[in-house]
Amino acid sequence: MSDALNKTQDTPPRDSVAMVKAEGVHKSFGHLEVLKGIDLEVKPGEVFCLIGPSGSGKSTFLRCINHLEQINAGRLYVDGELVGYRQQGEKLYELRDREVAMKRRDIGMVFQRFNLFPHMTAIENVMEAPVQVKKQSKSQARERAMTLLERVGLADRAGHYPSQLSGGQQQRVAIARALAMDPKLMLFDEPTSALDPELVGDVLDVMRDLAESGMTMVVVTHEMGFAREVGDSLVFMDEGVVVESGHPRDVLTNPQHERTQSFLSKVL
Amino acid sequence: MTDTKNTAGEQDAPRAGAEAIKAIPVRHYGRYVSAVIAIGLLVAIVYAFGQGKINWHAIPDYFFDHRILTGVYKTLLLTVLSMVIGIVGGIVLAVMRLSKNPVTSSISWFYIWFFRGTPVLVQLFLWFNLGLVFEYINLGPIYKDYWSNFMTPLLTALLGLGLNEAAYMAEICRAGLLAVDEGQTEAAQALGMGHGKTLRRVIIPQAMRVIVPPTGNEVINMLKTTSLVAAVQYPELFRYAQDIGQNSGAPVEMYFLAAAWYLIMTSILSVGQYYVERYYARGSSRQLPPTPWQKVKAGVFSVRRPKGAVA
Repeated sequence: MSDALNKTQDTPPRDSVAMVKAEGVHKSFGHLEVLKGIDLEVKPGEVFCLIGPSGSGKSTFLRCINHLEQINAGRLYVDGELVGYRQQGEKLYELRDREVAMKRRDIGMVFQRFNLFPHMTAIENVMEAPVQVKKQSKSQARERAMTLLERVGLADRAGHYPSQLSGGQQQRVAIARALAMDPKLMLFDEPTSALDPELVGDVLDVMRDLAESGMTMVVVTHEMGFAREVGDSLVFMDEGVVVESGHPRDVLTNPQHERTQSFLSKVL
Repeated sequence: MTDTKNTAGEQDAPRAGAEAIKAIPVRHYGRYVSAVIAIGLLVAIVYAFGQGKINWHAIPDYFFDHRILTGVYKTLLLTVLSMVIGIVGGIVLAVMRLSKNPVTSSISWFYIWFFRGTPVLVQLFLWFNLGLVFEYINLGPIYKDYWSNFMTPLLTALLGLGLNEAAYMAEICRAGLLAVDEGQTEAAQALGMGHGKTLRRVIIPQAMRVIVPPTGNEVINMLKTTSLVAAVQYPELFRYAQDIGQNSGAPVEMYFLAAAWYLIMTSILSVGQYYVERYYARGSSRQLPPTPWQKVKAGVFSVRRPKGAVA
């Protein structure tokens, strides 16, 4: 984690560049328009929370950031570079799969349903990408994986398969797996929604710890408590548009917009 | 079973002091009757075979005849090589079938349509007689010969069985690849893994769980189907058994002999399949099923332990 911090400190001008910048982002699935012009900016080191009712497009937007979904209009930048395209003059060129994969190395993603590789043990899950993608030596990757598992409190579960772990433990392994690539940005897609209530706390603790270390995080969540305590910015989305944004404490305690008010009155 | 009974008994008995139930169990007379009938039929069949004009002694006499052993070897060779062709071809066809390129996916569809839709025996004869269409085989400066010289019985058999098998394996592999959750692909991609790596490291190992059991079936099927290639002049177990039968005047006996050898081979293959399945099940069930050897060991120890022999 300190690596990521150093990176931003070593290159001060980078600080002025937004980590994520969306300009009029549109996305449709067939005739269904899911994102109808999203504008937002995530600053480096910030914990950026996305909330809203299901179907509001927040998960889709998150998936656009690492190009799991392709946007139809607008511009989306990560760390100053276009997502999924290369611009030369007026023309946009689609990136090759290899180039897209290259960019995804720097963006960690945590899924609602964990998506751990079931045929690998916890530590093998964490080692997989460093060894296969970054070509690290196995011993080096193993050492680093062990440190990360310790950090998420699961060093004693290193040899367990995902099916032998609880949901909360699986999700913490998934976070360690994403961190193993030393990302500069972490995306969380409803990381606690599939968990039993008593397991949510462990995962949120790991995320809080990560936020304190200075990681830039974009978090789609229904955990309003987490958003209020840890979040630096918050956006409320509904029906594919940003309805309201600001500091989490302001938006959550004193929502200006009527849709925000009615949503919050249901979830708080 | 007995464990749960014991613990339940220990807990219940002192607490409630309730009387244990002693009831007369229901008598299932139907079961006795059907068992007697089944055993009777079995005895009748065995007796009939024993009384038949079959010279049973001919079977052990020829069981390890060098021709039979050669036949067994050739049958196994044919099975292994055809399955290799079938599996490699099947994977290629499955990936083609799932590709976004409409040309490759249609070619794959057409291949499967043709080879699955015609009998293997017919395909074997077609390969054998393709010399009527192609008089020569001409690979430029590398190789040139008459088709009939090029198409040896072994090659005919391999192509006939292997290419047919590829069509079936393609469908099995496709089902396996489709069975892996899409979230796995997304997770791998999000980590920066490319297409090939995602397929090799994440998708295929998980697809194998779905692919292995039907593939085991296919191997056993293949072993038996090799008996068809006697028709294209490639001698294997069945062909040798037939030859011996005709020369020694014990044709039916030799069919029994061949059947016994096929049974032995398929039984060994089934054991192999069990272990392969067990290997690919790791991570999917919380505890791997014990190997037969482990079961035996556990059984021995549980018998000996109460006696104090192991302590």
